Amino acid sequence: MSEPKIYFETVEGCKTSIMRAGSGAPLLFLHGANGASRWAPFMAELAKSFDVIVPEHPGFGRSDMPEWLDNVGDMANFYLSFMKQFDLKDVTLVGTSMGGWIASEIAVRDQSRLRKLVLVASAGLRLKGVPPADLFLWSQEELTRNLFHDKALAERLLAMPVSPEDSDIAVRNRVTTARLAWNPRLYNPDLEKWIHRLDLPTLVLWGRQDALLPVAYAERFREAIKGAKVQIFEDCGHLPHSEKSPEFVAAIRQFAGEA
Amino acid sequence: MQFFLFHLMPYADLDLAASDKYKSAWVTLPNSYYDPRKGHELYNRYLDELEMAEPLGFDGICVNEHHSNAYGLMPQPGVLAGALSRRTKKVKIALLGRALPLVNNPVTIAEEFAILDNITGGRFIAGFVRGIGAEYFSWNVNPAFSHERFHEAHDLIIQAWTKTGPFAFEGKHYNFNYVNLWPRPFQNPHPPVWIPSQGSTETIEWAAHPSRRYTYLQTFSPVAALAKYMQQYRDSAERQGWQATSDHLGWSVPCYVAETDEIAMREARPHAEAFYQKFLRMPPEMLLPPGYLSLQSMQGVLRAKAQMQSGEKSLEAVMESGMFLCGSAATVRDKILHFQKEIGFGKLLTMLQFATLPHELAVKNMTIYANEVMEPIRKAQPALAAAK
Repeated sequence: MSEPKIYFETVEGCKTSIMRAGSGAPLLFLHGANGASRWAPFMAELAKSFDVIVPEHPGFGRSDMPEWLDNVGDMANFYLSFMKQFDLKDVTLVGTSMGGWIASEIAVRDQSRLRKLVLVASAGLRLKGVPPADLFLWSQEELTRNLFHDKALAERLLAMPVSPEDSDIAVRNRVTTARLAWNPRLYNPDLEKWIHRLDLPTLVLWGRQDALLPVAYAERFREAIKGAKVQIFEDCGHLPHSEKSPEFVAAIRQFAGEA
Repeated sequence: MQFFLFHLMPYADLDLAASDKYKSAWVTLPNSYYDPRKGHELYNRYLDELEMAEPLGFDGICVNEHHSNAYGLMPQPGVLAGALSRRTKKVKIALLGRALPLVNNPVTIAEEFAILDNITGGRFIAGFVRGIGAEYFSWNVNPAFSHERFHEAHDLIIQAWTKTGPFAFEGKHYNFNYVNLWPRPFQNPHPPVWIPSQGSTETIEWAAHPSRRYTYLQTFSPVAALAKYMQQYRDSAERQGWQATSDHLGWSVPCYVAETDEIAMREARPHAEAFYQKFLRMPPEMLLPPGYLSLQSMQGVLRAKAQMQSGEKSLEAVMESGMFLCGSAATVRDKILHFQKEIGFGKLLTMLQFATLPHELAVKNMTIYANEVMEPIRKAQPALAAAK
């Protein structure tokens, strides 16, 4: 696996942890509530085709918690500054879960630095009658079991030792997630009003057995974003990039390669 | 020492077996388990029990706020305090408290408390809490803003009580053009403020600030934790340049007294065990949602409370840790005097009805406690009693 460069940059006064590897067009990956403190196999695979940039969001992982962070809109504005500061252009923006929500909010505000958008099991919109599961009532073990469809995979992950640092980061990530997404739970009514302004080639990816944000939400995003394409992964939970890594990477490569 | 009778008004008719099918007796226990006919009887019975405190010689009575649970049926405690304010004439009425961060308009709490203070002619004691974690699920309030909202709501309420209105309040969570409280509180500058807590460092430091000097109440904790947090309050006061007295420290504890140790344990056992094993049962995620405590505080409380979250608390275990006082009057009196001497609290809030404990036993408990525990302690501490 290619080793990423791991470093810190200060953006909007926030010391931000970044992992970066590969070459080609920039691919900015926005992680979900669980964070992205480790270079994952799918990132290494994507780095064969892209300049893969994986920041840890403000308030997550090793990044600082800035005074100004109250909601996902703050996060979106931060990433607009981030892309400007590093002069990223023609960005393929990939966001999973809460990262998909952030990506949508970025694109609604300013899509001038974006080329394509990939939303993976994305939060951000509401589907009345189909509320997301209450992840805050799940223990860390329940969370792991519920996010994966493949129970054996979940058990293997649970059997891995957790360092005190990992455990502190997990608590921190949960706190920031609550701050951004407790109420309204995992969506923003203003995004619902304005997501139709988004005018980018968009791919929506979802796991059929997503127990947190049911697969019905994929259709919600398809309706909301004109021209959006949807791809559903079978036998897959809330984390397709992790549970269906090769298929996930292939879908992004193909989508990015399309004119 | 001052003696208060504390009540939770539990749903005593809870189907204990059925409640085990759910994660907790909080938040997600269906309210189909609540029978309004039984509720009618319980509310009136519990108000009777609290009213009895006055002829029995207690200094005050206490109610509090919890939501969506069988543990305590006072989601709107001002209603109960209002009923009590007219039926009592001497005792203090402490509302411990309202959970400030839960409301979007804290002025309603300033108003409610001011009315109670007016009706009682200054017998009112104001309690401010953040609410326990479960409340943040039931009311869908973001726990990550709990501290911010608590402090801002507190400042707004104190200003509403003490500043001449109308004035503008410019906060982050609360904004008003015209704060102008009618009625103003009866007590000047405002009712005494008590802060019940389970040992959050931030709360202790904040309550002990020289500009506040609020009475700190430790609720339902092992004696070791009680001693630690009360020392923390004293230390914090000293660091901030003042000397805390026993008057600034209170202990809230369930208690059962009977003719002998043996009778007390036999009568209390099923109800005390139901209290700890059924009514209080909740997973850590529900008790401490993310952001409710600082990381440091979270680790501290988890260590102190590790036992409390396990469902298997026997009567012996809670007696051993001092989370439950039980025995003959002599046994309980000695324990209280011992802890009081060691820890130095000046207010003792005993909960003499708990979980499923029936009325007859609750009344017997209250009567023996008042006559054979409280009065002898008062006599043994003439100086304290006189200073009261």
